[in-house]
Amino acid sequence: MSHTNVTEATDADLDGFRDLQQLAYRAAGDVAATLEPGVTEREAARRVRAHLEGHGVQDWFHTPFAWFGDRTAFRGFRTPLQFFPSGRRLEEGMPFILDCAPVRDGYVADIGYSGYLGENALHDRLMDDLRAHRRLIVERVRAGDTLQDIYRAVDGLIRDQGYDNRHRVYPGRVIAHQVGRVRSRLPRAVVAGFGVRSLQTLIGDLLVERVHHRSPLWADGDISAHPATPGLWAVEPHIGFRDIGVKFEEILVVTGDDAHWLDDDLPHVRRWDAQAPTSPENR
Amino acid sequence: MSTRPHTYVTASDGQRLAVRTAGNPDGPTLLLVHGYPDNSSVWDAFAAEFTADHRVVTLDVRGAGHSTAPDDRSGYRLDQLADDIVTVADTVSPGSPVHLVGHDWGAIQSWHAVTEPRHAHRFASYTAVSGPDLDHAGHWLRTRPDGVRAALRQAVRSGYIGFFHLPVVPEAAWLTGVGGLALSALERIGGGPHTPARRGTRDYLNGLALYRANMARRLLRPVERRTDVPVQVLAPTDDAFMVDQIQSNAGRWVRDLRFHRFHGGHWTLRSRPAAVAARVRALVAEVESGRRRPERALTAQQARRHGGAFAGQVAVVTGAGSGIGRSLCFELAERGARVVAVDVNGPAAERTAELADLLTPGAAARRVDVTDAAATDRLAAWVREEYGVPDLVVNNAGIGVAGPFLETTAQDWERVVDVNLWGVVHGCRAFAPMMVAAGGGGRIVNTASAAAYLPSRVYGAYATTKAAVLMLSRSLRGELAGHGVGVTAVCPGLVDTGIISGARLSGLGEASAAKDRLNRLYRMRGYTPEKAAARIADALQHGPEVLPVTGEAHLGLLLSRLSPRALRAAARVAPPV
Repeated sequence: MSHTNVTEATDADLDGFRDLQQLAYRAAGDVAATLEPGVTEREAARRVRAHLEGHGVQDWFHTPFAWFGDRTAFRGFRTPLQFFPSGRRLEEGMPFILDCAPVRDGYVADIGYSGYLGENALHDRLMDDLRAHRRLIVERVRAGDTLQDIYRAVDGLIRDQGYDNRHRVYPGRVIAHQVGRVRSRLPRAVVAGFGVRSLQTLIGDLLVERVHHRSPLWADGDISAHPATPGLWAVEPHIGFRDIGVKFEEILVVTGDDAHWLDDDLPHVRRWDAQAPTSPENR
Repeated sequence: MSTRPHTYVTASDGQRLAVRTAGNPDGPTLLLVHGYPDNSSVWDAFAAEFTADHRVVTLDVRGAGHSTAPDDRSGYRLDQLADDIVTVADTVSPGSPVHLVGHDWGAIQSWHAVTEPRHAHRFASYTAVSGPDLDHAGHWLRTRPDGVRAALRQAVRSGYIGFFHLPVVPEAAWLTGVGGLALSALERIGGGPHTPARRGTRDYLNGLALYRANMARRLLRPVERRTDVPVQVLAPTDDAFMVDQIQSNAGRWVRDLRFHRFHGGHWTLRSRPAAVAARVRALVAEVESGRRRPERALTAQQARRHGGAFAGQVAVVTGAGSGIGRSLCFELAERGARVVAVDVNGPAAERTAELADLLTPGAAARRVDVTDAAATDRLAAWVREEYGVPDLVVNNAGIGVAGPFLETTAQDWERVVDVNLWGVVHGCRAFAPMMVAAGGGGRIVNTASAAAYLPSRVYGAYATTKAAVLMLSRSLRGELAGHGVGVTAVCPGLVDTGIISGARLSGLGEASAAKDRLNRLYRMRGYTPEKAAARIADALQHGPEVLPVTGEAHLGLLLSRLSPRALRAAARVAPPV
């Protein structure tokens, strides 16, 4: 959220964002381990929320989401209300995604955690293939490509892989949005799943960026036809195949002349790193 | 067939069931159960196909043939009929499970036997010819997963069931010969039988109790009946009494279902016994070999969504490396088909097969240039060798060429005709003969385009090839109809497949800018290949002649029929690309 001066984030600031991102992924992972057949999306989201609030989270960019089964691929989503956790119950072999965006001490995290109950070979395959997107995005941002071009490159890779891009179902078709420290005097309140303080920050960003013919929301429209602006971007490529959707969401740090992921010590990255060195992706 | 004389097996309620045994005593045992109003002689021609290397046991169902008949209608309840089958199986093959084959009412009672957990271990496999499980049928009629139209079509074909429930009148119809005349007319639908029926008056009369004792009970209050026994459902293309869907719907409850169509009418056992026998033989051989193909774990969601219209079928799809071809592979695989993905881009085809294999095991990839007739022939031979004759062949490979005629080069013409037209011709020539020879029932799908009936100054070469594909398909459909092979031309319309990115644009100015604008148009239209594939797979169950996919393809087809003049005027317009 550029007008909040993230472009000059200090190492201490980055540590704050990184710690919260770690906490959010830990919350998702811990809750994922507790999921059992029959649990509903609402219950799973409630557990994530309780876990984070128990670890000092005071506010939300958005409250936790949980999607089970074909809802992980956003199949049949027509209205924004369908993004909210539903009464869908988890079954054996079903994929799930936990997504939350807590705020603590003004720092924001926004994470997406994909998993499944029991066995699901398809999900493993999709997770493996998601790795190429993490590499592609950071390489193309470093190369100074426009966000629009990177978006299309991600979509092209998804298509080559045989999948379809589910981030196009997100409101505004966004694949990423900027994040920054939340500094607001508004009371802490949540409206329609979004924290009003974070919303105020986002709206401020929208106005400031609009003046520069840019947007803090990264989509495939012409307003994204510029290189990534320095700051922190929560990036969430979301690939789908039939009834399964898989994504990660984590923060990309963009500086004036470089870009890197905020943290590599995350569940999906550890999973890829642990794969056999003979697998094609690791060669 | 050369048979040993009848022996009698005593049923659990004391009825005596006539059983005949023939064939090779060392071969796998087939137990054949006839329908109504037949007796076990209906199997004569069919059984003759097996007697050299299988042991064939035929049963006269209680009340029919040489079996005794219960005095009370309750003696014909399905539970008792299934019990009879198990009693016979225990007697003729006490040491090993039998391969069950049922036709018509024989299929209904056999379904009841294999879906009964206590009995399932007695059966190595089950082939149902023209007969659903009544409980499955009850669920199908209540929930109508294949639409109201299919349910209504079935209701019309089942009209005789209501007649059979009338008192006395059906008996009078059989005794006066009126019923016999009507039946012989129905027997001729889909090709008359080569061997005459040998039925007795008691076959006609006693069997009415089958309907009266079971139909209402099962159809109105169906229960869930499942089985792990490998089941093969064989559906004749011209069955006078049943639509495909009420039979294929078993995919929701059967773990390993294979659904195959073949050419013929309700009594194909007599008119085309070899075609039915070939399918039964293949299943028996597979199960006996112990090398069963891997099963897929159907999620509850998939089972709810899809019946078994493509279950266990083999589908060959060209142009499977991208776009609609790739999505169709996934769609068919999700519906239970084993897919052979063919593309000139080998790695792309392999990628498609790899993912399709995760949906339904048994997929394969082949790199083939469809413009090469010899290569397509080799593909067909390979498919037959590895998978058997395919149930579905989709000639989908195609390329885009755009630009006015005056700017289109001879090379552009040759390339687009080679791929879009010759590719389809080669595919049809390679596969159609083997599909006909195997007994028909398969489907050929050729991807044409809405451009086939929408002339335009900007894509003349492309539209010409697609119009040719449409006409080829229509003509071939007429020719193959008599062989039971269906042909459908698909006309997608604006589907965002990426065809523009690979298209050759002639004389349209700076190519990349024009492509960008066209790509944007397709993206804005937002009709995905996944959606198109689902629509095509749904429609294929009804076998339409022409299948427009998107709204504009439907509208164009309508306009081409109602107002060709308007389309001629539109062809003059230069679009802003």
